[in-house]
Amino acid sequence: MSLGVTLIVDGVPRRADANATLAASLLAAGITAFRRDLGGHPRAPLCGMGTCFECRVTVDGVADVRACLEPVRDGMRIETGK
Amino acid sequence: MARTADVTVIGAGLVGAATAVGLAEAGLSVDLYDAEFPGSGSTGAAMGHLITMDDTPAQLALTAYSCQRWRVLAPSLPEACEIDYCGTLWLASHPEELVGVRDRITAFAAHGVRAEVMEERRVREQEPNVCPGLAGAFWVPDDGVCYPPAVARALVDRAAALGAAVHSGERVTAIAPHEIHLANGSRRPAGAIVVAAGVHSPELIPGLPVVPRKGHLVITDRQPGLVRSQLIEFGYLHSAHALGSASVACNIQPRRTGQLLIGSSRELVGFDGRINRVLLNAMLERAAKFVPAVNSTRVLRTWTGFRPATPDKLPLIGRWPSLPDLWIATGHEGLGITLAPGTADLIVAGITGRPAPIDPSPYAPDRTMPTMTTAVA
Amino acid sequence: MRRVRHADVVVIGAGPAGLAAASAAAERGRSVLLVDQGLRPGGQIWRHRDEQALPSAARRLMARARNAGVKLVSGCRLVDAGSPNELVIDFRGRIDRHQTDAVIIATGARERFIPFPGWTLPGVTGIGGLQALLKGGLPVADTRIVLAGSGPLLLSVAAAVAQAGGRVQLVGEQAGAAALRRFAIRVLRDPAKLRQAISYRWACRSAPFRTDTWAVRAHGDGRLQSVEVSERGHLRSIRCDWLGIGSGLVPNTDLGQLLQCQVEHGAIAVDALQATSVAGVWAVGECTGVKGDEAATIEGEIAGRAAAGDAAGAGSTALQAARDSGRRFGRLLEETFAPRPEVLALATPDTILCRCEDVPMRSVDPGWTPRQAKLWARVGMGVCQGAVCGPSCTALFGWSANTVRPPLGNPSCGEWKSGLDSAD
Ligand SMILES: Cc1cc2nc3c(=O)[nH]c(=O)nc-3n(C[C@H](O)[C@H](O)[C@H](O)COP(=O)(O)OP(=O)(O)OC[C@H]3O[C@@H](n4cnc5c(N)ncnc54)[C@H](O)[C@@H]3O)c2cc1C
Ligand SMILES: Cc1cc2nc3c(=O)[nH]c(=O)nc-3n(C[C@H](O)[C@H](O)[C@H](O)COP(=O)(O)OP(=O)(O)OC[C@H]3O[C@@H](n4cnc5c(N)ncnc54)[C@H](O)[C@@H]3O)c2cc1C
Ligand code: FES
Repeated sequence: MSLGVTLIVDGVPRRADANATLAASLLAAGITAFRRDLGGHPRAPLCGMGTCFECRVTVDGVADVRACLEPVRDGMRIETGK
Repeated sequence: MARTADVTVIGAGLVGAATAVGLAEAGLSVDLYDAEFPGSGSTGAAMGHLITMDDTPAQLALTAYSCQRWRVLAPSLPEACEIDYCGTLWLASHPEELVGVRDRITAFAAHGVRAEVMEERRVREQEPNVCPGLAGAFWVPDDGVCYPPAVARALVDRAAALGAAVHSGERVTAIAPHEIHLANGSRRPAGAIVVAAGVHSPELIPGLPVVPRKGHLVITDRQPGLVRSQLIEFGYLHSAHALGSASVACNIQPRRTGQLLIGSSRELVGFDGRINRVLLNAMLERAAKFVPAVNSTRVLRTWTGFRPATPDKLPLIGRWPSLPDLWIATGHEGLGITLAPGTADLIVAGITGRPAPIDPSPYAPDRTMPTMTTAVA
Repeated sequence: MRRVRHADVVVIGAGPAGLAAASAAAERGRSVLLVDQGLRPGGQIWRHRDEQALPSAARRLMARARNAGVKLVSGCRLVDAGSPNELVIDFRGRIDRHQTDAVIIATGARERFIPFPGWTLPGVTGIGGLQALLKGGLPVADTRIVLAGSGPLLLSVAAAVAQAGGRVQLVGEQAGAAALRRFAIRVLRDPAKLRQAISYRWACRSAPFRTDTWAVRAHGDGRLQSVEVSERGHLRSIRCDWLGIGSGLVPNTDLGQLLQCQVEHGAIAVDALQATSVAGVWAVGECTGVKGDEAATIEGEIAGRAAAGDAAGAGSTALQAARDSGRRFGRLLEETFAPRPEVLALATPDTILCRCEDVPMRSVDPGWTPRQAKLWARVGMGVCQGAVCGPSCTALFGWSANTVRPPLGNPSCGEWKSGLDSAD
C-alpha cells in the first residue's frame, strides 16, 4: 500500500493510501464511530456503496458526507462520531 | 352489526379523530371510518403549525379558541406527537408590513393571545440565522408545532379506549338517511352522521364548496439549532388569502427532531400531486432569502398535500340540510391541524345541544358565501 | 451558476450494463454521457483502484466505451429529474441540467439485510459492502472474518478477502444443501460460471463453507467482537473482527420510480428491447432484476442499440436468447437464495429495523401499510429513504416498496435548488 496523503482525523494527522476511499482509510485508522445514532451508539459503514448513509462524516466542515463515495485528498479534515 | 351508534364519523384525519374523542367523552357511542388509516390524508402531509391567524375576526376567534384547547390537550399526548411551543415569528421585510400591527396585538389580546412587535436587533438575537436588514417582526410566543399523523393516531386510540368502534381501511361510498354505504358493498345503519373526509368530502356530499388547494413541503436532515421559532414572512397572509393564483411564501419550521420543514406553496390544480418544480424553486428561494443557511441543509424529501379550501377561507362546521342529522366538519384549508379541537367542540355542542363555546354561526356550512368560481377569479 | 447541456443519450450507472449500453449507443453515432456516483467506473462487480488488475472482460468493455467516445463522469450523482428529458446532475458539487432524448437506467442492485440482534454494531457490514470497502483500500490482512448470508456473492467475497490476507473463519450460506445442489447443477451447465465458482472456492479453500448456516447475534462493546451462528442447527460463537451479512441483492428502482416507470415485483419492468413503461426511458442490468454481470452486459447492449434507434440490432435473436437465459438464471437465484423463515424470525422486539431513525421492531405492526409505518413510526423516513429497511420490510412483512420523491441522494438545498426550473 502506498501511503500517499495525510488526513486530519478528529485533529490527529493520519497517513492514508492516496487511492483509497475515505471510508476505507478511516477504518484502517481504527475509527469505529463514523457517526452516532439517536441513542449515542456508534455506527460505521454497512453497504460500502452509497445507499445506507451509515458512513456519514464531516469533511472540511461539510456535514453528512458519505465516506464510502469520497476520495481522500491530502490535508482533508474529517470529524467523526457526530 | 346489532348496535347502531349514536354518531358515525367519516374520516379519521385530525378533525374526525378529535371529533370522535369529543363525542365519546360526551358519552355518545361512535363509529369512526377511514378509507385508509388515521392521519393518512391531508393530516399526514401537513406542517403541524398550531397558529393564531387573523385574516378575519371569525378566523381569529376560532384559531385562538382552538389553540387554547391544544394547550389542554398537549400534556396528555405521547412523545411521538412532538409538541413544541416554539412560537411564531412573522418576519417583515418592509416597514409598511408592520403598519396596523398594534391593532392586531390588541385583537389578539382580546382573545387572550400574547403578541408583540420585535425590533430587528432582537429578531437577530433570537434567530441568528435570519438575514440582516429586516424591518422587524411580529412575535406570537404561544404558537406551537406538532406532528399531525401521530396526534391523529393517539386521538383515535383514545376514542377507541372510550368505546368508539374504529374501522380503518373502510371507505364510505355514499350516505343516505341514517345509513352509510361501504366500498365492500355493505350498508350500515347510522344515527347522526359527521362528514370529516377532508378534501374528499364533496364526493359524499355533492355541491359542498370545498376544493383541494395543493401545497409543497420539503424536509431536511437533522440540523438542530439552525432555526428556533417558526419563521413566516408577512407575505404568507396574502398567499393564504388569494385563492385563485399560485403563490409561495417563506415558512420555515424547526421540528423537535432537529430537522427543518420548509413551505409553503398554494395552487389550485385539482388532485395532481406531482411536484411543480417551478413553484418549488420559488418556494425554496423565498426560504433562502430569509434564512440563507437553508441552502446548506441537506434535503431528504419533498412531498405535496391538499388543503380543503372554501371560497371564503372559513371552515364548514355544523349541520348540512340535505339529509336529516347530517353534520359537516371540513374546509379548514391550511389550518385544520390548529382547528381540530375547536371544531370538535362545536360539533359536539351541536349534536348534544349543549351551548357552544364560541359563536358557531360564522362557520355554518350553509352560510352565504361567494361561489367557488367568483372566489377563484 | 447552472448550465444546461445536451447529450443524445444519458446512461446512469457505469457497471457492466451501463458501460455496454453507453458503448453500443455511442458506436451508433449518438453523443453519450455516462454518469456514476462511484469513484471509478465498473459498478459493484468491477469496483477497482487499478484498472490493470481488472478481469479482461472489464478492461475490454472500458476500452470499448472510451474508443466509442462515451463521455464518462465518475463521482457524479443524479439528483433530480423533472422529466426523462431533463436530468439534474451533481458534478462533484456543481449542478448541471442535462437535456436528453434517451435515458438508460443502469443503477444496479443493493444488498438486502434481514435485521438480527447486533447488526448495527461497527464491524458488521454487507458482504458486498465488505468487498467494496476492501476494493476501496481497507486492509484486512490477519483480521478474522465471518461471512454469513446468502447467494453467489458469498464465495466471491470470501475469495477476495482470503486473497487480501484475511482469515476467513466461516462462510455460512443460509440456503439448504438441497436447494444449493439444484443451483449447482444449473451452474455446471455453464462453463464460464463453473470456472468462476471453482476459482473462488480455490482462493478461499481453507475457509469452512457451510449450508444451513446463518448469523444469530453479533456481540461487541462499541465494535464487533464475536458472532453467534446457527450452523446446521447448532449454535456456536466465533470471535471475529468483521462480519459480512446480507440476504442476496435487490434491484435499485429509485430512479425508475422518480421517472414514473412501472415497477413490478420490486424491479423496473421492461419489454423485449429493455424499454420501460415510460417513452424514452430504458432500464438494464440488476435494476430490472438480479441476474449477474454477463446478462447485465447483454441487456446493456440491447438497450444501447435500441436507444440509438437500432431496433433491428437490439432485437437480434442471439442477444435476445442470451438475455432470456440470463433472466431464467435470475429466477433461479431468487428461488435458491430466498431468506428462510428462521432468518426472518431472528429480530427481537429491541432489534433496530430502520437504522436511520432507530426504529425498533416493537414499534411496528406487520398489519400496517408501509406508508402507515412511515407516518406513525418513522420507518424509512431517514436519510436513506428506506433503501435499507424497505427490502427488509418487504421480506419480513410483505410490504410494497417505498414511494420515491425528489431529490435523490440527500443533496444540499442550495445545490438542488440550482437545478430546479425557475419561472424566468
Ligand atoms: C402542505 C400543507 C401544510 C399544512 N400545514 C398546516 C399547518 O401547519 N397547520 C395547520 O393547522 N394545518 C395545516 N395544513 C392543513 C391541514 O393539513 C388540513 O386542514 C387538515 O389536515 C384537515 O384535516 P381533516 O381531518 O379534515 O382531513 P384529512 O386529514 O384529509 O382527513 C380526512 C380523512 O378522511 C378519510 N376519507 C376520505 N374520504 C373517505 C371516505 N369516503 N370514506 C372513509 N374515509 C374517507 C381520509 O382517508 C382521511 O384520513 C396543511 C396542509 C397542507 C397540504
Ligand atoms: C410533520 C411531518 C414531518 C415529516 N418528516 C419526514 C421525514 O423526516 N422524512 C420523510 O421521508 N418524510 C417525512 N414526512 C413525509 C411523510 O412521510 C410523507 O412522505 C408525506 O406525508 C406525504 O407522502 P408522499 O406524498 O411523500 O408520498 P406517499 O406517502 O408515498 O404517498 C402519498 C400520496 O401521494 C401520491 N404520490 C406519491 N408520489 C407521487 C408522485 N410522484 N406524483 C404524484 N403523486 C404521488 C401517492 O399516490 C399517494 O396517494 C413528514 C411528514 C410530516 C407531516
Ligand atoms: S457505507 Fe453505506 S453509504 Fe457509505
